[in-house]
Amino acid sequence: MEWPGLGTAFWLQLTRDLRLAFRHIGQAANPLMFFVMVTTLFPLALSPAPELLRAIAPGVIWVSALLASLLAAESLFRQDIEDGTMEQLALSPQPLSLLLLAKTASHWLMTGLPLVLMAPVVGHALFLPAEAVPATMLALLLATPVLSLAGAVMAALTVGLRRGGGLLSLLILPIVMPVLIFGARATDMAMQGLDVSGVMYLLAAVLLLAVSLAPAGMAAAMRISLD
Amino acid sequence: MSRRESCLASQSNPAAPPRRPVPSMSAATGNGAVLLAGEGLELWRGELRLFSGVTFELRAGELLHIVGPNGCGKTSLLRVICGLTLPETGEVYWRSKKLQRNRADFHASTCYLGHRESLKADLTAEENLVFQLGLRAWLSQADLHAALDKVGLTKKRSVPARSLSAGQKRRVSLARAHASGAKLWVLDEPYTNLDVAGRELVDQMMSEHLERGGLVLLVAHQAHGVAGGVTRRLELG
Repeated sequence: MEWPGLGTAFWLQLTRDLRLAFRHIGQAANPLMFFVMVTTLFPLALSPAPELLRAIAPGVIWVSALLASLLAAESLFRQDIEDGTMEQLALSPQPLSLLLLAKTASHWLMTGLPLVLMAPVVGHALFLPAEAVPATMLALLLATPVLSLAGAVMAALTVGLRRGGGLLSLLILPIVMPVLIFGARATDMAMQGLDVSGVMYLLAAVLLLAVSLAPAGMAAAMRISLD
Repeated sequence: MSRRESCLASQSNPAAPPRRPVPSMSAATGNGAVLLAGEGLELWRGELRLFSGVTFELRAGELLHIVGPNGCGKTSLLRVICGLTLPETGEVYWRSKKLQRNRADFHASTCYLGHRESLKADLTAEENLVFQLGLRAWLSQADLHAALDKVGLTKKRSVPARSLSAGQKRRVSLARAHASGAKLWVLDEPYTNLDVAGRELVDQMMSEHLERGGLVLLVAHQAHGVAGGVTRRLELG
């Protein structure tokens, strides 16, 4: 028996999820709202002094991005499990890992990419020097997919539990720590005018590792959750 | 515990053989190769043994009607056969190969209609079918329209699934089975929520599918109205 190829399946899954996200744009924009709100609350709560804000900017931007991704991970597969469409994905002739990777890609486009694009605005509000903005954006571009992929594996593992939210954060945080450390370091080094290529290579390596390992992990975890 | 005992009553009795399929039309059995087979399937859920020693064989043009009281594991058996749940012991074979080794081919040949309709509420009936069937076959828009016509949803194909009634959602699932071109239909309570005409449609679609040489696994409390083909009964519990 013959069936459509992997590219077709990936594209179908990606476009279906994007279409669904656009029909609920408010829900999809939640992580971005969270990111913007948290980062703009710091100047209000601490003090609007540029020196202070500049000093805490890398930490604030990266911690907010990490928490926004955590917030988004919870809802990644829940709807599909509840309405039974995940069963149908597991019963299609296409590899489940590929379909879940496509779902994660669409999720990143809706929740991760907006953080990258919003970073210059947030950086400006925190008096981040202009020369550190490109490095921060590139680092976020490399790091947010890792956060989405790690979140997807853990979300697949906990989606069968009724209250997996708190557990999900506990599971994701330790494995994304390197990303937080390298990412904040990249912004910090760029602010001091240092060469950031080493940190970028490390982030890129982590991304490659995540892209190659996470799909298999998601599929295995999802099959356990569906059992 | 009483449920466990009642579910197992017939199978733990040594006098009753574990092999349950009873051919109702023995004249027509035995021709053609066995396409789907289950051997000694046993499933536990925690402390509860849902079923054990379930063995069956299904050839082209045959229907297996699985019956049993609520909670005796009919849906779980379907999930085991489909490969969603791993049985404790036993093996499912598709075209004489173990299911786990032959998963893609088996899933390409199978259409599963579960309790839930597997429809995205925000997508229209047609969009739902385009996506679900697009993963398994190349279908034209005309094919999809023909399938929706078949189940009487011609006028509802651009309506979001959330606005469809429960019976209409079920009809979308039936259209999915019809257009999927799958050899094996796995139907879990297909009559639920359907009106009289809808139940007749299910019978008619199953009869046509059997005539084409398809296989049907049916879980239903009521008697089916399939005429022709070979129908067997498997009693759980």
